[in-house]
Amino acid sequence: MCDQTFLANVFGSCDKCFKQRALRPVFKKSQQLSYCSTCAEIMATEALHENETLASLKSEAESLKGKLEEERAKLHDVELHQVAERVEALGQFVMKTRRTLKGHGNKVLCMDWCKDKRRIVSSSQDGKVIVWDSFTTNKEHAVTMPCTWVMACAYAPSGCAIACGGLDNKCSVYPLTFDKNENMAAKKKSVAMHTNYLSACSFTNSDMQILTASGDGTCALWDVESGQLLQSFHGHGADVLCLDLAPSETGNTFVSGGCDKKAMVWDMRSGQCVQAFETHESDINSVRYYPSGDAFASGSDDATCRLYDLRADREVAIYSKESIIFGASSVDFSLSGRLLFAGYNDYTINVWDVLKGSRVSILFGHENRVSTLRVSPDGTAFCSGSWDHTLRVREVVFSFPVCERRGEG
Amino acid sequence: MAAGPAPPPGRPRAQMPHLRKMERVVVSMQDPDQGVKMRSQRLLVTVIPHAVTGSDVVQWLTQKFCLSEEEARHLGAVLVQHGYIYPLRDPRSLVLRPDETPYRFQTPYFWTSTLWPAAELDYAIYLAKKNIRKQGTLVDYEKECYDRLHTKINHAWDLVLMQAREQLRAAKQRRKGDRLVIACQEQTYWLVNRPPPGVPSVLEQSPGRGSCAASRVHMTKRADFYKQEIEYCRRALGRTRVKSSVCLEAYLSFCSQRGPHDPLVSGCLPSNPWISDDDAYWVMNAPTVVAPTKLRVERWGFSFRELLEDPVGRAHFMDFLGKEFSGENLSFWEACEDLRYGAQAQVPTLVDAVYQQFLAPGAARWVNIDSRTMERTLEGLRQPHRYVLDDAQLHIYMLMKKDSYPRFLKSDMYKGLLAEAGIPLETKKRVFPFSRRPRHSSPSPALLPTPVEPTAAGGPGGGDGVA
Repeated sequence: MCDQTFLANVFGSCDKCFKQRALRPVFKKSQQLSYCSTCAEIMATEALHENETLASLKSEAESLKGKLEEERAKLHDVELHQVAERVEALGQFVMKTRRTLKGHGNKVLCMDWCKDKRRIVSSSQDGKVIVWDSFTTNKEHAVTMPCTWVMACAYAPSGCAIACGGLDNKCSVYPLTFDKNENMAAKKKSVAMHTNYLSACSFTNSDMQILTASGDGTCALWDVESGQLLQSFHGHGADVLCLDLAPSETGNTFVSGGCDKKAMVWDMRSGQCVQAFETHESDINSVRYYPSGDAFASGSDDATCRLYDLRADREVAIYSKESIIFGASSVDFSLSGRLLFAGYNDYTINVWDVLKGSRVSILFGHENRVSTLRVSPDGTAFCSGSWDHTLRVREVVFSFPVCERRGEG
Repeated sequence: MAAGPAPPPGRPRAQMPHLRKMERVVVSMQDPDQGVKMRSQRLLVTVIPHAVTGSDVVQWLTQKFCLSEEEARHLGAVLVQHGYIYPLRDPRSLVLRPDETPYRFQTPYFWTSTLWPAAELDYAIYLAKKNIRKQGTLVDYEKECYDRLHTKINHAWDLVLMQAREQLRAAKQRRKGDRLVIACQEQTYWLVNRPPPGVPSVLEQSPGRGSCAASRVHMTKRADFYKQEIEYCRRALGRTRVKSSVCLEAYLSFCSQRGPHDPLVSGCLPSNPWISDDDAYWVMNAPTVVAPTKLRVERWGFSFRELLEDPVGRAHFMDFLGKEFSGENLSFWEACEDLRYGAQAQVPTLVDAVYQQFLAPGAARWVNIDSRTMERTLEGLRQPHRYVLDDAQLHIYMLMKKDSYPRFLKSDMYKGLLAEAGIPLETKKRVFPFSRRPRHSSPSPALLPTPVEPTAAGGPGGGDGVA
């Protein structure tokens, strides 16, 4: 964590309400004060003061944004592909499907791996959520949600529960049970409540907290046991479509992407936006952290994937080709961060060399758009789910080994 | 096309960037110098100008974008599926045949993004025209739609029939070639916007996206949105940044360090379970295993986080700390993690338990924090919340990371583990590749009893070496 620079989080007494909270600096008429997040929000929604017309605010925002871009550009002394020139190119490889999971009667919208590296939960448009042992292709559990378009699902870290939600504006947690007499739907816990559809959800380090993103433009952190809202995150100007938790040592941040073309990094404790990036030209469908936690990739409807570095505070690579016209719906890194897998709306999966910026392979693997793609927790394979009702687990076969494999013994 | 009632608000062209991009490609394909070779196509007795063959289309795409044949065919197929190029001979199936099959470029009037969204009234007129022209040319699903529309807009049906007859009459006055072309164009438009059953609609979108444009415009007009942006920019201007060269070098070293550990890039020993159907790799790398592999033990040396995230590594580190009589540091850190990620209802109890065991004066496993942090923590304990121990936890974490961890890596214990750890032998390839190995199922984690973790709240005695 020492290698990343974060705003110092101060806990103390708010200058307005005097309650003991996590504080953030706010500027009131050029004076810096420390407000808690509630008071800061109230201040932001207060009526305009005199001398502050809408136009003047807009132009001030624009000029500050310009200055910020200048500052960011000052430290940009080299491009990624230049630095990566001395890295050996990856060889030719082929992606082979090893498992095809058929059983959803409609579009597969989302999937997640279990920590045991073989189980998968997937959700579809017709409301069905299925838990598979993808190694044997057996279905282990199935739940029918009372709503259609279940756009988000997640596996709990312990492997004992799943969470899902969609057009019902809620996120529900189902404990997994093998008891034949028990109906899984009976033990369902309604955890999150949003005012618009749920687009993404993820457990934090334990089964007891869930992070959600919604079409109402907010993200929120919830306590599973009580359904209590622990923290909410406001700042997106439109629907939030995706989120990913940072693999950092202190586990305090996450990134979200939305229809406002912005990717925002949040501090989970204070609810504050720590960094924001606005270089995409269209909705951001998917965000995923680089394995070291120092960067994240995003896939967007503008048919590009981009890499943003958190320490340099800027976009450092664009993965695009003139012939790739359709949006990227889902991205994920391989374990070493060398490969970036991206599923697109034109039914293909493109694999990018993260360092060199070139596309190393394309797979025409599905008969309809690829809606979700995740690499398995131990990096042995990746699974893609599509609107063609199937999920496919694939791995990669290089013609020549990339890294020298050790000798035996 | 009849001017029907105002169509419901849909996504304007700006919201569907892929349509715009396809249109740009198709426009450059029609460029007189650089575009696809045009020719006149003879269809029975009529001659249709400005036609292209499927193979020419594929060829042009291959050259223009430097694609493989397969990719060019895929891109061409996508253009046809979206109605930007239509087949002349068999206009019912929007498929690209990479041979002499003739195609034509759709007129911009009938582009999906121009005539958006497709109106029910217009569809009714189109079907009525087909019905009148030749009785029975409506295919099954079209007949169903026709009947459905007939019931739905019954009140305007006279208008529909009248418009249909008018358009047919106007069409008769055109040359046969033009008539044929316009009919194809219109048919293509409707095949894209009202696909037959079994053909997935290329225009289908996830629900809820339509609201984006509306909410976006709404947000920018409000003052607090700009105030938030201004506040964010001011904060961001003050942050320290790192030079790009430093950050990018870090990726290179990370990728090269982790390369041999990445199964998708370097393969894995004994074999990748997905390829060999043998789960030996998972058995050998199970979370708690007696003999970790060499690669795994190596990873503990990459970063402190890697060591702690691996239960086996963490257990060995705890043993090491025990020998140095600082095991309470790790136990304290673990207890703080339990607090941070625990249930909300447990927070007061956990905070109290941690305080009693680690922070209170004379506590059984007192941790050594500097006085300023201790003061702040004790102050915060008056109103406990889940982040109240963050400062103390961070202090202890950095202590372990900067001090104990490097010593652990240099210790005989770690060196011994590294030497002992084995490299699995590669599984011999199967002699009969077609015989499938039985794929063993594994017990679901949901079945296993939850492992009892030693907690600060008086669980079984922590493993810091003290009995």
